[in-house]
Parts: sequence; structure tokens; C-alpha cells
Amino acid sequence: MSKFAFPPSMTSRPVYGRLEPRAGSAHLMIADAEGAEAILDVATPDMMAKAHIIYIPKGTDFGDRLRALSPAQYYEGPSYAAAEQRIAKAFDDAKMGLQVYLSGTEGVIGQAQHAAMQAGVPHTAIQTEHRGSTARRMQCVHCKGITEDVETDPFQCSHCGLHLFVRDHYSRRLAAFQGVNIDAEDPGNVPEAKGIYE
Amino acid sequence: MTIQFNDETFRDDYSFHNSDRALKRFPFPFHEDSYMYSVNMEQHQGGPSDSIYEKRFDVDEHYVSEMRDRAIVLADDPLRCQSLPHMTLAGWDLLELIMVSKSEDYPDLFELHRDGDQWRWVNKPMGIDDSFTFLDEATLPYGPMEYITRQTQGDFAVLDQRDDNLWMDAGMITTQADWSLDFDIGMNFFEWHAPVPLAHEKGIFVRALKFLLNIQQGAPARRLNWTLTVNPLLDTSPENYHKWGIQKTSMTPETVGAKQHLRVELQTFFRLPRSNALVFPIRCYLCSFQDLTKTPKWARRLHRVIRDLPDELATYKGFIDNRPMMLDYLSQFDDGLPTSLGIWPDLDTEPPLQKG
Amino acid sequence: MSGAQKIPVTVMAVVPLNELVTRFEFKRTDGGLLPTFSGGAHTVVEMRDGDTPRMNPYSLMSDPMDQRSYAISVRRDDAGRGGSLFMHKNVHVGDEMVISNPVNLFSLDLRAKKQLFIAGGIGITPFLAQIKQMERLGGRWELHYTCRSKALGSYVDELTTQHPNEAHVYYDDQEQRIDLTALLDGQPIGTHVYVCGPKGMIDWVRKTAAAEGWPRESIHYEEFLAPQSGKPFEVKLAVSNKVIQVGEQESLLEAIERSGVDAPYLCRGGACGQCETRVIDYTGNFIHRDHWLDDAEHVSGEKIMPCVSRFEGKTLVLDR
Ligand code: HEM
Ligand code: FES
Repeated sequence: MSKFAFPPSMTSRPVYGRLEPRAGSAHLMIADAEGAEAILDVATPDMMAKAHIIYIPKGTDFGDRLRALSPAQYYEGPSYAAAEQRIAKAFDDAKMGLQVYLSGTEGVIGQAQHAAMQAGVPHTAIQTEHRGSTARRMQCVHCKGITEDVETDPFQCSHCGLHLFVRDHYSRRLAAFQGVNIDAEDPGNVPEAKGIYE
Repeated sequence: MTIQFNDETFRDDYSFHNSDRALKRFPFPFHEDSYMYSVNMEQHQGGPSDSIYEKRFDVDEHYVSEMRDRAIVLADDPLRCQSLPHMTLAGWDLLELIMVSKSEDYPDLFELHRDGDQWRWVNKPMGIDDSFTFLDEATLPYGPMEYITRQTQGDFAVLDQRDDNLWMDAGMITTQADWSLDFDIGMNFFEWHAPVPLAHEKGIFVRALKFLLNIQQGAPARRLNWTLTVNPLLDTSPENYHKWGIQKTSMTPETVGAKQHLRVELQTFFRLPRSNALVFPIRCYLCSFQDLTKTPKWARRLHRVIRDLPDELATYKGFIDNRPMMLDYLSQFDDGLPTSLGIWPDLDTEPPLQKG
Repeated sequence: MSGAQKIPVTVMAVVPLNELVTRFEFKRTDGGLLPTFSGGAHTVVEMRDGDTPRMNPYSLMSDPMDQRSYAISVRRDDAGRGGSLFMHKNVHVGDEMVISNPVNLFSLDLRAKKQLFIAGGIGITPFLAQIKQMERLGGRWELHYTCRSKALGSYVDELTTQHPNEAHVYYDDQEQRIDLTALLDGQPIGTHVYVCGPKGMIDWVRKTAAAEGWPRESIHYEEFLAPQSGKPFEVKLAVSNKVIQVGEQESLLEAIERSGVDAPYLCRGGACGQCETRVIDYTGNFIHRDHWLDDAEHVSGEKIMPCVSRFEGKTLVLDR
């Protein structure tokens, strides 16, 4: 199932909507994995004539269907890191009136949103739709290392090895949730890891 | 009154201490025998003589040692001080506000000499005498915000105002109650307050923000906030929580009075002129339970407040596990007599403790 | 807290610019320095028009970093309630007046990659200060300024000589128009647009930019609503226990102040929200004119912004 209803949470935690077509001079769409479905749902021929799609399949096979939409520009890359330079260039060249559509996992939505904000697009003007994995991008507040695709809580930091409680507190600037040491007051007492939404 | 600066530490051997004068002017934050979040804001236009409200930026006996502690924190983790690029102008506004206020309020300690853009700043307690060009970053050893807040007690959040909200886009945060500037920088008022329990539901943040957006030049405001800290540790940061968290378990019934500290933040709000930003100095005052209980009114009230505080708040403030031990200690002083309203000690009118 | 702190000033210069607009320059009466401010800020000027106190907001147009003097430009409004007429007729060099500390409800977004200014008529004044600020900070900006005619083009010469590449002027009587769609199209991402001028112009820029896909946060406007005259009405102030009459030519806020009751305000133009007042009881109709309350609040009958809004009917009781 590619759609997930996130439980209500604190005000820093992102909430995701439904992509909808908006008037604009150009359309930049960045998605990973099942995020492709959201683009397929929203695409119209008019929009595609001015669209640039940047897609990271992560092992899914939506590529052909996206290409069949005939966007003005299409790119498929192996990872967000691989696509990053291209995304930066797309924002550097962009003009006012550009519409930004992001879909897929929280990690990719968050990082692309950050790139858009750096270029000067207000975050509230960026459309986002969550699809697919509910894994989180998380920053360890102690060593500052970021770990992608965190699915369980507590989680052992992949950089410094501390056991972290995965909070709902979220930073758009880091595009990450916060991880805080869980056994600081009782070293070694680490509860068993569970799925974050279990 | 000249200030005798303490030589003390806020880590390792914790030699921090309050003089009698410091105890007398300690900002006890409870104006009645119970506590709940509220929109507790008032004008910041002075206060009783020698109170912490009297000056725009209070300087006390801990000044030099606190600045030494800040330098240690920054050397260890420079990310505690950050300013997004558009906030440099606000940094200059802040530098001006502090230099003008301190040189006017403490002429024996600080001097500011201005000749157009050419400024000379003398900070006698810290042995600083620097000349620089106002609005030219190249003439200062640090950015303007970092330069001046390395010389001013308290943390500083500098907020950009736009889209009917405040954005935490710069700050010097080394004495925080367990929150991270590096994580929160760039957030708006509702986002950085996200982890606070109950207050959102009570509409406190919506009303507080409306008030803050309208703070005007020359009309600063203030409020008090508080929490509890084991040991007089200034740097209770999430960054270092894995190091200091364990200290919370180190208290015994014998040491609780000396180790458990009430940590009060005097928070003030000033509009900055050139940038239209808002600065939010968060000045931290520490006092041990054993020192607080020397004041009868405070001894009675502290016990009642800690006892009746909702569990959500005790959990958020991080002392729910130690609360029973604190109450055992505090209850020996509470004789059940009524207390007068307001935060002041009322030493002349409050009866001495009948217990303890 | 009622309004900004006051500053006593002396009129240093009164400079008529053309048939409609006059510039007034102030210095501090005590000889000290005025506060610096941010481009787009206004000050509220207090006038004593016989028995009638008047307080009008005017954008500060002088260099925000210059603490020696402030300047405002006032357009004479013959149909208005008299504040601008009073300034034109009764204010002379050497007069002592009282103004408020600067307040900014139209500040620059300093993150902008480029600032695009659109002014109509007297709406040029906040931009004059913002341009000086941008020049000092070294940011990119561009101005598009429409005037009725060359003769009424306040500050056109100064702008076009000092900033030949950035300042673009359009004269209505020569049928010159801003081609707004073309202007907005192609602006680099991260541009912010600011508009100040007549209501029609503001609506036009906001609508066009939105239709071109500009985000709401990138569109800034300042529209001072002058309080409008209307039928007299009676109000009961519950807290101060007074019944007051609001005259045809004064605002509800002015009438409250005239009765000696201290009421909060900042902009006196329906924009800042500071004067928001709770309605305790009413029979009749509100004439809401502010930008602050939303539609639901307007119909609720629970709140009124006394700086610009009025009332018609039998009873109105306010929590003041
Ligand atoms: C604009 C300046 C302000 C800044 C920068 C600021 C910042 C913060 C931060 C960073 C926290 C910690 C949140 C966390 O747990 O991560 C906090 C807590 C809090 N803030 Fe603010 N705040 C401001 C103004 C206010 C105002 C005006 C009020 C209310 C009237 C307020 C009420 C609170 C409360 C109730 C807490 C919880 C504190 C506790 O229980 O210890 N804040 N604030
Ligand atoms: S005073 Fe600003 S809205 Fe009335």
C-alpha cells in the first residue's frame, strides 16, 4: 500500500497533502519510488509540456509510465545524491512562477524541499504528497550524523553508535527528524526496537 | 554598586555559588502557590533598585565566569552560534542595542565611543578594548552577533519577522534548557515550540505570538520561565545530554538541597530597528534548593508548586523521577502558613518558618 | 500599552513638491538622535486641529540610517477627514509636534534574491527609504513607478538620475502603463514583489502575480486605509463606564481617545491588529473596513477594529 495515514503529531512534524495542478510558468516534479504514482495522478498534457521530472526509482518500475507522460524533460537517477547537482541546477535556472511538486518518501521530499527553499521558494508554496515507505531521515543530535531510512525506534546511530529515541520533532533545514539518546539516565537500559508507527 | 565578579565553574567541580546579594535579587518565578503556563508578559521598563529587572541587560557577579564557560562550549561545538545570511543586519542591531545599553547602564564597566561609523568598545571586566567600523564585518573578530554575545550573559535567539510569524534565523545558545539551536534554526514560532505540552491546546502560543509581532522599538517586554537542573550546569544541551543526563541520578536525600537547582530564565523581547527583527535574550539564573529555602516565603511556595505541578510539565521539564526526593526535602520547610501574592521575598512581612 | 512611544519633534522644513504633495522634515526637539528604522516603516503624526486630535500614519521616506532627521511626504486629500489638509495648511517650520516611534508593517524580506518595487503616486514614499536601505546593503532591486503626469511625479528626477538602470517611470497622461505580466514573467526565482499605491493597483498586482504562480509569501503590499467618515453613532465603553458619541468626521478610535480612555493602536489603518476590541453587545450593523479580522470574525459580531470600522444602529457596547 503506498498511502499511509500518519497519526496526529506535534506542530513541527510535516503534514502531506495531495498534489494538484497549479498555474505556473514551469513545473518541477521530484519523486522517488511510489511517489511516481502521485505524479501519474496529477499529470495533464498541458502541465507536462512545461514539466521537468526528476525520478529516483529505488527498485520500482514506474519509469516507463512516467516517460510516457512526455514531460518536457525527464531524468531518472540511482539516488538522491546522484540527482542533487541536477536539482541544484534546475533551481538556479528557475524563474518566478515555477511550481514545485514533491512526492514519495519523507527523506526525498524533505531534501528536495530544502533545495527549493534555498532557491527562494517558500515552503508553504511547495506541494508535497507522501507515498510508499514511512522510513525517516534522522539526525543524531549528539554526533550530528544523518541516517537515511530509519524504520525502528529506538535506533542505534549509524555514525556514533548511541541508542536514540526517534522524536517527531522535525527540522526542514536539515530535512530530518531528531534522534536523542534514550539510555543517558540509565545506561544499557534500551527498550526493544519496534516499528516507528507500531 | 560595584560588582565583585566570582571566580567559579559551571562544570566539573561546580564551584558556582550565589552571594547574599545574589540570593536577595534572585528572580523567584512563582507569584502564587501553584503554576501553570500562561501568557505572562509585561513591559520591560526597569524595576526595583538592584533587582534583575532594573537594567536592560543585567550584569551580575557570575558575568566573567559565565563568559568563560561560553567560550569553552563554543570551542567544543561552534554550531551553538549560528546566523543565517540575511540576519547579519540584525546582528549589528543587537550589537548596538547591547553596547549602548550597557555603556549607559554600567558606565564604570563598559564604554562606547562613537564617531560616525568608527566605534570603540571597552569592556573592563573582560579586558577588551576594540575599535571597529560599524556595519563592516571585516573589522570584528567574529560576526556582530557572536562578538557581542560572547560578552553578554544569557542565550540569544534572533527572530526574523515575516509572513505574520517569527523565524528563529540566528542565535547564540550555550545555556539552554535542553533544546538545540542547530536543530531549531529556521523554524517558526509554532514549530520550535512544538515539543511543549498543553500550551498549544490552551491557545497560549497564538496569543503570545500576536503580542510579540507588535512589540515596538523602544518598548521591550519580558517574562519569566523556569525549570530544574541537577548541579549548576549551564550547558544542559541535547547535544551533550548523553554526558550530563546521568547526573540526574546522582542525587541522594543528603545532597538534594545542595545539588538541585531552580533554573530561572528572564526572557526579554526587543524590536531591532534596522532589520525589524526581534531579539529574545534568555538570561539564566541558578539557585540551589538549600539557598532558596532560606527565604521563608519561597521555601513554602516552592514545595507547593513542585508538589502540585501537573505530571505532563514535570515530565517535559525532566524531573518527574526525582520529584519524590525533592518533595521529601522541601516538605520539611513547609509549615502550611499562607504566603503573600507576588514574586518578591517580602522578608519584612513573611513570618519565619515554623519548621525545618 | 497604547501605541508606540512618543517622540517630540520640531518641523525643520516644509517643501512643496507639486500641486498635491508636500514634504515635511522633523528633528528631535531635544536635539538628540532619532531612532534608526527599517525601510517601509511609518510614524504616526499627532495633530491638534483645534479641539480635534488627529493622528495619521505616514511612511518614513528618509534614509533609515540617518538619525538626524525624518522626512514624510503628505498628499493633500481634499475629500478626506482633514488630517492631510491640516498638515498642508497649518504646519510650519519651527512648529513642535509629536510623532510615534517607527513601526514597520511593510518590511523587506531580506532573504530575497531580488526586490521588485511597484509604486503608484504617493505610494512611492516607503520605497524611497527601502531603496536607500538596499543601496546600503548592496541588494538587487528594481522600481516601477506610475504617476498621473510629469508635473505630479514626486521624486521622479531624483530617482531617475541616481538610479537610471533601476528606476522606471510611467505617466498616466501619456498612456504609459506597466506591462505587469511581462514584468513578472522571467523574474529570477526568489524575487519578492512589493506594491504600494491605490487600492485598485494593489489588487491588480496581487491578482496578476497570483495568477502567474507567485507564492503568497513573495507578494507584499501596504495599503493604509484612511478612516472614512460616516453617520454619527453612540457607544458604551463597559470597562471605563462611559457613553460616547462618535462624530461624522472622526473614527471610533479617535472618539474613544477624545473621551480620555487609553486604547491600544499601532497603524491606525486596519492592518496591524493592535486595536482589536471585543464587542459585548450590539443591535445594528457593523461597517467593517479593516484587513485584520477574517470574514468569519466580521460576521460574528464579536470584534471590531475601531481605527477604521464603524457602526450603524441602536446600541454598541465595547469591552474597553
Ligand atoms: C520569540 C521568542 C521565543 C523563543 C525564541 C522561544 C523559544 C523556546 C524554545 C526553544 C523552547 C523549548 C522547546 C523545546 O522543548 O524544544 C521554549 C519553550 C517554551 N516557551 Fe518559548 N520562546 C519564545 C517566546 C515565548 C513566549 C512569548 C511564550 C509564552 C507566553 C513562550 C512559552 C514557552 C513555554 C511555556 C515553553 C515550555 C517551557 C518549559 O516548560 O520549561 N515562549 N521556548
Ligand atoms: S490600529 Fe492597527 S488595526 Fe487598528
